[in-house]
Amino acid sequence: MTATPPVPGTGPDGLSASAGPPGPPGPRTGHHTRFDAYVDRYATRTRGMTASEIRALFSVASRPEVVSLAGGMPSLSGLPLDAVAATVRDLVATRGATALQYGSGQGEPGLRQQICDVMAIEGVDGHPDDVVVTVGSQQGLDLVTRIFCDPGDVVVCEAPSYVGALGVFRAYECEVVHVEMDGQGLIPEALRQALARLAEIGRRVKFCYTVPTYHNPAGVTLTAARRAEVLAICADYDVLVIEDNPYGLLGFAGEPPRPLRADEGGRVVYLGSFSKTFAPGLRVGWVLAPHAVREKLVLAQESSTLCPPAFSQAVVSAYLADHDWRGQVKQFCELYRERRDAMLEALTEQLPTGARWTRPDGGFYVWLTLPAGLDAKAMLPRAVTARVAYVPGTAFYADGFGSRCLRLSYCHPTPERIREGVRRLAAVVERERELRETFGAGAGPPHLETGYESPTPDLT
Amino acid sequence: MTEAATSSQRLLVVSGGLSHERDVSLRSGRRVTGALRRHGLETEERDVGPDLVRALRDDPPSCVLPLLHGEAGEDGALREVLELVGVPYVGARPAACRLAFDKSVAKVVVAQAGLQTPASVALPAETFREVGAAIVMDTLVERLGLPLVVKPARGGSALGCSVVRARNELPAAMVGCFSYGPVALVEQFVAGAEVAVAVIEDGPSARTLPAVEIRPDSGIYDYMARYTAGATEFVVPAEVSDDAGAACAYAALTAHRALGLRDLSRSDLVVDADGTVWFLEVNVAPGMTETSLVPLAVEAAGLDLGTVCAGLVARAIARGAER
Repeated sequence: MTATPPVPGTGPDGLSASAGPPGPPGPRTGHHTRFDAYVDRYATRTRGMTASEIRALFSVASRPEVVSLAGGMPSLSGLPLDAVAATVRDLVATRGATALQYGSGQGEPGLRQQICDVMAIEGVDGHPDDVVVTVGSQQGLDLVTRIFCDPGDVVVCEAPSYVGALGVFRAYECEVVHVEMDGQGLIPEALRQALARLAEIGRRVKFCYTVPTYHNPAGVTLTAARRAEVLAICADYDVLVIEDNPYGLLGFAGEPPRPLRADEGGRVVYLGSFSKTFAPGLRVGWVLAPHAVREKLVLAQESSTLCPPAFSQAVVSAYLADHDWRGQVKQFCELYRERRDAMLEALTEQLPTGARWTRPDGGFYVWLTLPAGLDAKAMLPRAVTARVAYVPGTAFYADGFGSRCLRLSYCHPTPERIREGVRRLAAVVERERELRETFGAGAGPPHLETGYESPTPDLT
Repeated sequence: MTEAATSSQRLLVVSGGLSHERDVSLRSGRRVTGALRRHGLETEERDVGPDLVRALRDDPPSCVLPLLHGEAGEDGALREVLELVGVPYVGARPAACRLAFDKSVAKVVVAQAGLQTPASVALPAETFREVGAAIVMDTLVERLGLPLVVKPARGGSALGCSVVRARNELPAAMVGCFSYGPVALVEQFVAGAEVAVAVIEDGPSARTLPAVEIRPDSGIYDYMARYTAGATEFVVPAEVSDDAGAACAYAALTAHRALGLRDLSRSDLVVDADGTVWFLEVNVAPGMTETSLVPLAVEAAGLDLGTVCAGLVARAIARGAER
């Protein structure tokens, strides 16, 4: 920036920055800046990539004084780090030249076979040739959206839906249509109505994105009966299903629910991940897709990353081969069950009448609906002042709904911290309710806006 | 500049904290730290936490730059601690911070010093509950008129702040404000050019930097407009008449002095259609982020941010610890 003549303003002491010549009469001409030389050049899809108060508040949530019920970081405290270290050391020493080299765009064949073994536990019969390894299942979702969706295409999602998926759909400029859920997951009749309405107005639905098991953020699981119905409805309307299943093995009771993909190979693209069963830092996930789709995914993967990280794949492969990983997952389940119990008990004891919440059978999250008239986003600053954090419900909707809801995660804090967090939250809700009562029904949310309002992934 | 800071000195930028403006503060801290390092000064960054006082006592830095925004940073609390420990620091003393940070108090002080400030009322949430919110809101609208600005009496970055153009918008604005703080300032809205003027004392006396005019694309200089590069146009110097420009500088200096501020402050003003300058608030720890106003004004004055900060540090060190 060029130096501009300073303001010819002087203080009473005559000292000022007024070294410049006196300006012409009337308004002066100043130097104009926007702090961003490229402001008129960005792609349309960056609209909405703005600073957000809500995201800024999450910065406080990372502090130890705050009980964060906002993040989605798995608890890795149980991982046998010494053993993992030995595996990695051995890997580098004996196979370093391969593990540190470029790899195949589709992913390493050995790991793809192991991935099929992992999926078989839940009843999915996949072939290694139909598996594409991705940088977390998040990249799998990105690639699937990239190959299917043009700007303006319709994607059907649950209401609420995974915030990371909504981010991908926004990036590809899709139009998201939400379909209602209840305690048993996606409501088939609501799905049928939505698809019928879209067909009526001539809108082609590119796919239906669903997290049927231990839903993020809703904490509910699609019942077996409904799974069949959802598949039948999607067949009726010829809609592809994207099944995102990162939590399937993290159930608290009995066998894992049978994925949609287990009963329908041709219409379901399945996304899996090692982020919750092993280590999110490795960023290894996968897509299991029908052959033709898989071909395109591999090409898309190559143009995106050349190949998924070979080293991360080798670490996952060695971990699966050398360790009792299923025993480890069982331990994780125990840990998360204890934390879920702590949260549900605390909610029952502390939250006022009028609030309700889901009771997850697995996964990381409880979805809480506040007493009528309350707004979770507007309440967040008060919560941060009280040293507790959550994610406001609007983050999980593409259309501004969800203001009365919020997501609580129990995956990372200890049971003791969870109880303390819920105690603080209950006090915040109580204060907010008093305030709403004081100002009456007219005190609804001041604005509906959607944007980048979820915490960063590294928030605990 | 009084004297140059020397290379044996070790500076500490304190940023972060637990206020709603933590993120902004971290950005300010990073920018100032970078500027001081480029200036050749050894500078560390540190968050506020249980280990801060121990570190200050065990290994006192030559000078602290408190770049905390919001409560504890701007209300003087941390500066009380710095005085208690006996470390020199840049910026106003605690009592002055307390006056300046509470907008309702600052407005009274600057009005007594002869500045114009929009009519306003400061009310805690409890008062609305005790005496009835509807009648109080009716009375506010009757007495102050519309539009109104509702904002937390203590706080920054426009968090919890909204413009109310109709009576039925007032309850939501009050609730939004009370989420951020216990006391609301309800103020007459003054239309006009939004202008910020920084005051620095890097020489024998206080001086103003070029006034920055703020033109948010959305019309409202809210959090999004403040911290999204590109969302707001800034004009330096402000495109106001010479008289109004001089009046802005005078207002900023007057506020700085009347409140007993020191080293650095930034006054937020509005110049209305008649050229009258209205004082809204003053910041004792103004933002120093990539999209903040003070660094822009420093640059517009032909100065370097590192040099200006080093000058303030040198003065603080020469002053020594407060007793």
